[in-house]
Amino acid sequence: MDDRDHVITAKNLSRADIETVLDRAAAIERDPPDRDRHAGRLLGLCFFEPSTRTRMSFEAAIKRLGGDALDMGPVDSSSATKGESLADTVRVIEGYADALVLRHPSEGAATMASEFVDVPLLNAGDGAGQHPTQTLLDLYTMRENAGGLADLTVGIMGDLKYGRTVHSLAYALTKFDASQHFVSPESLRLPRSVRYDLHEAGAQVREHDDLDEVLSELDVLYVTRIQRERFPDENEYRAVAGEYRIDAETLERARDECIVMHPLPRVDEIAPAVDATEHAHYFEQAHNGVPVRMALLDLLLDDTDGEEAADATDDSANGGSR
Amino acid sequence: MSERDDHELRISKIQDGTVIDHIAGGHAPDVLAILGIDGSTDEVVSVGMNVPSDRLGHKDVVKIEGRELSQDEVDVISLIAPAASINIIREYGVAEKHRVERPAVVEGVLSCPNHDCITTDGEPVTSRFEVLDDGVRCAYCETILRENLTEHISV
Repeated sequence: MDDRDHVITAKNLSRADIETVLDRAAAIERDPPDRDRHAGRLLGLCFFEPSTRTRMSFEAAIKRLGGDALDMGPVDSSSATKGESLADTVRVIEGYADALVLRHPSEGAATMASEFVDVPLLNAGDGAGQHPTQTLLDLYTMRENAGGLADLTVGIMGDLKYGRTVHSLAYALTKFDASQHFVSPESLRLPRSVRYDLHEAGAQVREHDDLDEVLSELDVLYVTRIQRERFPDENEYRAVAGEYRIDAETLERARDECIVMHPLPRVDEIAPAVDATEHAHYFEQAHNGVPVRMALLDLLLDDTDGEEAADATDDSANGGSR
Repeated sequence: MSERDDHELRISKIQDGTVIDHIAGGHAPDVLAILGIDGSTDEVVSVGMNVPSDRLGHKDVVKIEGRELSQDEVDVISLIAPAASINIIREYGVAEKHRVERPAVVEGVLSCPNHDCITTDGEPVTSRFEVLDDGVRCAYCETILRENLTEHISV
């Protein structure tokens, strides 16, 4: 994993790291662990912007492992409103918990916070930056439904500029030699930093402004929401968003095996009629958040168990009378 | 006339201070900006621009009297003038001479231009940029800066 077992960006997850987490998630689904596996362990949930799915799936994951969650509550009732820095907040909550989950509106927040704590810190979304645990559950869903991860052809459509799930997914897919097709309006194409990394990594990448240019080739179509607030003008938003909406008719031009994914919440970029087709996998994708986050926490908490055991051994040796 | 003689005529020797030589032609104002020299300070500064140079074709030269540059300042100069050499002058002689080297990382000398970056949020953190072949990259939000670096200097 990352330095000091923080999970900050998908860029720092190796292919082996990813496979370890996904294998553990599959094992957990086949054979759920004892409910006291991590009894007494506490996960600190530091959410500085609203989140339902991510926060609840982390809470479910730690509880299913026998631990519990400490939630700092809505940001408008937290110490942040009194002017406390993020660096101070995480240092305080580190004293209460065995691992921290951070969601923050500023890019780079997780990287910075990780410099102030020693317990594992998991980035649950930092502005338009990264969302690596979402990527792990995305990959798990692909692996379970698209015949593995190697050499997939994946289309990623929507807001590629501000979509943190897209940035993390692109890095991870590169490690599996996926062919990646990015479909978006010109104004919402991938940011310069992600393009730079994909180029450096030798990723197979093509960009399109029309889904029909590539739809028939795809094993996976990953749709993201185009956010209204990114557009100064409502009409401009409607014109763009309408171009990147899929319905059951759109998918008639896709391969039968093509799976449709979405990090949710959706607004109107996937018509409800798609839900009833064999293509739809976005609710399953959301459900996979729990076993994947259980796997991740299990691995990280196991690691810290190991450190504590080693520390105890060292203490014993230092104070021993032999 | 040799290049050396040519310099002597254009810009006189200084007693103590720093001579920044082999700045690419036209970039002396950027170096002055990095050093915070904008005409409002008392420092005595001589600038030669577009001086003929065997190595660069045309180069700029900056001489600053009574001031030796810090490593942070040299690091930032290296980003916009990678061929520059720094001569420390003491008693009219070159006491030290070295080429600038592009560091792997610059800390605390540039501000991130991304208003959504955590480093712009009042946190107790020093800005840090990875130096790329053709720009710099914020170690926190990963924003890449290639143009107008001098506008983001916070030394």
